[in-house]
Amino acid sequence: MIDKKILDQHSLTEDEYRLIVDLVGKEPNLTELGIFSVMWSEHCGYKSSRVHLKKLPTEGKHVVQGPGENAGILDIGDGQVIVFKIESHNHPSYIEPYQGAATGVGGILRDIFTMGARPIAVLDSLRFGPPDDPKNRSVMEGVVSGIAGYGNSIGVPTVGGEVYFDPCYNLNPLVNVFCLGLADKDKIFYAKAEGAGNKVLYVGAKTGRDGIHGATMASSEFGAETEHKRPNVQVGDPFKEKLLLEACLEVMDRGLIVGIQDMGAAGLTCSTTEMAAKGGMGIVVDLDKVPQREAGMTPYEILLSESQERMLLVATPDNVAAVQEVFAKWDLDAPVIGEVVEGGRARISFKGEVVVDIPVDAVVNLCPAYTRPSVAPAPPPAAPALDSLPLPADCGEVLLKLLASPTIADKEWVFRQYDHMVQVNTVFLPGADAALLRIKGSKKALAVTLDGNSLYTRLDPRTGARIAVAEACRNLACVGARPIGVTNCLNFGNPEKPEVMGQFEQAVTGLAEACRTFGIPVTGGNVSFYNDTEGLSIHPTPVLGIVGILDDIRKAVSPGFKAAGDALVLVGESFEELGGSEYLKVVHGLEAGAPPAIDLEQEKRNQEFLLEAVDAGLVRSAHDLSEGGLAVALAESAFHGARKVGCEVDLDEALRADALLFGESQSRIVVTCRRANVGRLLEMAAARGVPAKAIGLTGGAEIAVRQSGRELLRVPVEKACRIWKDSMPGFFEVRA
Amino acid sequence: MKFGVVQFPGSNCDFDTFHVLRNVMKQDAVMLWHKDHDLKGVDCVVLPGGFSYGDYLRSGAIARFSPLMQEVKAFARGGGRVLGICNGFQILLELGLLPGAMLRNKNLKFLCRHVHIRVENEKTDFTRAAKKGQVLRIPIAHFDGNYYAPAGVLKDIERHRQVVFRYCDAGGTITEEANVNGSLAAIAGIRNREGNVLGLMPHPERASEALLGSEDGRTIFASLILSLEGRKPARRAAVRKKTGHD
Amino acid sequence: MKVRILVSFKDSVLDPQGQTVKNALHTMGYAAVKDVRQGKVFELDLEGATKKEAETLVPEIARRVLANPIIEKFDWEILKGRQGSSP
Repeated sequence: MIDKKILDQHSLTEDEYRLIVDLVGKEPNLTELGIFSVMWSEHCGYKSSRVHLKKLPTEGKHVVQGPGENAGILDIGDGQVIVFKIESHNHPSYIEPYQGAATGVGGILRDIFTMGARPIAVLDSLRFGPPDDPKNRSVMEGVVSGIAGYGNSIGVPTVGGEVYFDPCYNLNPLVNVFCLGLADKDKIFYAKAEGAGNKVLYVGAKTGRDGIHGATMASSEFGAETEHKRPNVQVGDPFKEKLLLEACLEVMDRGLIVGIQDMGAAGLTCSTTEMAAKGGMGIVVDLDKVPQREAGMTPYEILLSESQERMLLVATPDNVAAVQEVFAKWDLDAPVIGEVVEGGRARISFKGEVVVDIPVDAVVNLCPAYTRPSVAPAPPPAAPALDSLPLPADCGEVLLKLLASPTIADKEWVFRQYDHMVQVNTVFLPGADAALLRIKGSKKALAVTLDGNSLYTRLDPRTGARIAVAEACRNLACVGARPIGVTNCLNFGNPEKPEVMGQFEQAVTGLAEACRTFGIPVTGGNVSFYNDTEGLSIHPTPVLGIVGILDDIRKAVSPGFKAAGDALVLVGESFEELGGSEYLKVVHGLEAGAPPAIDLEQEKRNQEFLLEAVDAGLVRSAHDLSEGGLAVALAESAFHGARKVGCEVDLDEALRADALLFGESQSRIVVTCRRANVGRLLEMAAARGVPAKAIGLTGGAEIAVRQSGRELLRVPVEKACRIWKDSMPGFFEVRA
Repeated sequence: MKFGVVQFPGSNCDFDTFHVLRNVMKQDAVMLWHKDHDLKGVDCVVLPGGFSYGDYLRSGAIARFSPLMQEVKAFARGGGRVLGICNGFQILLELGLLPGAMLRNKNLKFLCRHVHIRVENEKTDFTRAAKKGQVLRIPIAHFDGNYYAPAGVLKDIERHRQVVFRYCDAGGTITEEANVNGSLAAIAGIRNREGNVLGLMPHPERASEALLGSEDGRTIFASLILSLEGRKPARRAAVRKKTGHD
Repeated sequence: MKVRILVSFKDSVLDPQGQTVKNALHTMGYAAVKDVRQGKVFELDLEGATKKEAETLVPEIARRVLANPIIEKFDWEILKGRQGSSP
């Protein structure tokens, strides 16, 4: 008998239950209820977000597949497509950092190869509490080694990403994993069960009791009792997944299957019902044929298990033997566990008895969508009037302090644990504005970046979200790539809180506006709500994954200064904006003020100009200005150069020194070019309505900045670079 | 020359190595499957990097039992050239074709980065295109690359000039800092006493194209090709005779 | 019959994992810990093997496969009271 208590355990409301009864045409049994609970969870059903996500643009000339499948697909020409998506694995990573992050990688890889694409790159956006707290360090160490352990083993390079630190992630770290795959356009596969009489095959790891109700766990707040949820965490097996990857790609390449779906959240339940619903068919499954790791599992457990490294295939009866042969070659079993049937129902039997008989459409497509009550986010805490904010006595010291701050400091300690070179496509090592991958046998290259400054979105969700898109596109432009598509991971607090819902609505509005301006479609993504622990929500954290294309890889530009004597050009305008800056946060201890303003049209003009200048071969280095402003961007450009060349800069803006050096005004890029080309570059900018000015020269062993002739800072490159590089390892050195 | 790249379950640099041999070095290359017994008449066997069998027991410990490896062992004993890269090196150690064993990196973390290695012996089949003491910039990517051998074995290896590469700094000096994984005597690559089998931790196939940041790895493949061509006439005659019957 | 095989580094081989654990324990104030050696445990369920057969079989498996004799040593024992199939 289903009562209130059982419904609570399944995170279903009484209204939802009445709807289920209506749709099924009878009172569901416990197993059927379990199926609805996971499929109608926030994680799988997007019930709080769906109405808002409709605002995002999803169409464009490259789009082959928009939202709704395992991943988005874009046409990149020459008969090839890219398949990409970002997913969160926040909750599992807090409970068990290593396995949570590892299975996050495993899950997103399956989403990509399920569609017939070979995964060619992984990037991660990671958010932790400050690393001076040992608890945060231990979570971070676990997450980083979990990502490394899985990605390195399976042989997909982790080519970049970002790591941010803020106390709001102390009890709720964020682990967002992005994966990019490459496929032939005529070899794409979908999660569709078509053709009555076709066989359903189960491949991969055996089913155990792991992760039962993982999807519902990701859909409720954390509390003290989270400790008890530990046994729910799945353990990843990258070796098994590598075999699965090769075997699946082989059966797809040989055209032996009709459809394929991975078993991720909600496992067998999700894959069987989704495949049937998408094919407009029904499905029968015999649970006794499902390979099981543990004895005495109930139908409820088998159906809801989230054991990793499992896939479901549909093949015509004639091809079953050939499919099984391929899997045997890779030492994997591929038993037939069911069949595609007419009628639109999932009929699942166990020990000769039908234990589930429900309409798949109801499970997959009729999850209610809510327009949850929302209130406009409170205005950000006002920054103190700039007049009352003391100017730093020594701007050089401030620069060094910013370079050592965890969010800005060099992340090599993280990246060198990842194999970022396997598959021999990685042109830029992690740390560049965007990861750059060559496409073998072609002149083209793909650029990828992940971005999202959550301090901006906390202070102003709409502006913050617009900046996230703009900055990601700017990162791509800095390497010479044009953005073609977006995936997003929207990490927010509890959507049942009106203020969280208000943040979400505004952020989505901002994303939609910016994506429209740049003409880039959103092809899918992930919403992670309930990032609350003990009642505290994280900063709203939209993370953007944007993919770009570069037609001629020989024209790619890297951020490092190339030689002494090049001209420095600052593209974009600087304003007296300090709100939401790392400078305010690190030096003055303030997370306050309005984030920098963004004019999307101007941003687009600046990026178009940069792309044109790169194409004309005028640009020797380009680096965008973000956290830490101009001073940090100059320093990073010096550090990235092979020769560690410094620079001498003189600016004539009449701004406060700290705003000039460390302010984070948007749409700015620091570019170098040969001195002989400055005139052409500036003319090109002027003709396109892009503010740009020559600000100095590269050279020397120092980073020196003057304001109208008056020296603001002068720091040796070598010293600054040491501080920037040693900061992160310093937190993790063995404290004997 | 014909190269065979062995595919174990869990190999992940197999296609990279194949790509470089075929498209960059312009050699004939084939994949060899671990369950087969057929070396397909190759002149050189390459054991690529990766995580064979997940490296769950010990790196390279299970791959050595595969059917094909019994053939590789016989091939090597008969003087055939065998190159083991990273996991391939670990497999050669486990197989006993090369002396010593691998321990976890000294910092207990996976390390992926460019390193410098110094050519310690330029008179080998794998280094004859290199100059004496030449420094190569090649990436590593491993968890277990901390080379170890008991004292007596190490003495033997050194006496027979089996150390082919050592980790060094950009200028060619061997320092503790440059020895990133903590290897005994900064050993990055060794050959067997007969000189036809080489194992090294750095990945030459990742440093064979200027676009990817270094071409120093080509020195190793080019050396191999030179040395294989040195004994080519005899083999070629045999092949021609065989095809002549058709 | 269930047997347990313990594989650990030979005393002559540096065990950085063990060292790290030892350092951590010292930091936490467990001054009495003189040394830590880390190893791996394998539990094998042998079907129909007698004790005598196990005495030949187990060392062979350990030497050939589970341990690398260049760096590792092993110990083994028959598990008492754990016969049969406990999950």
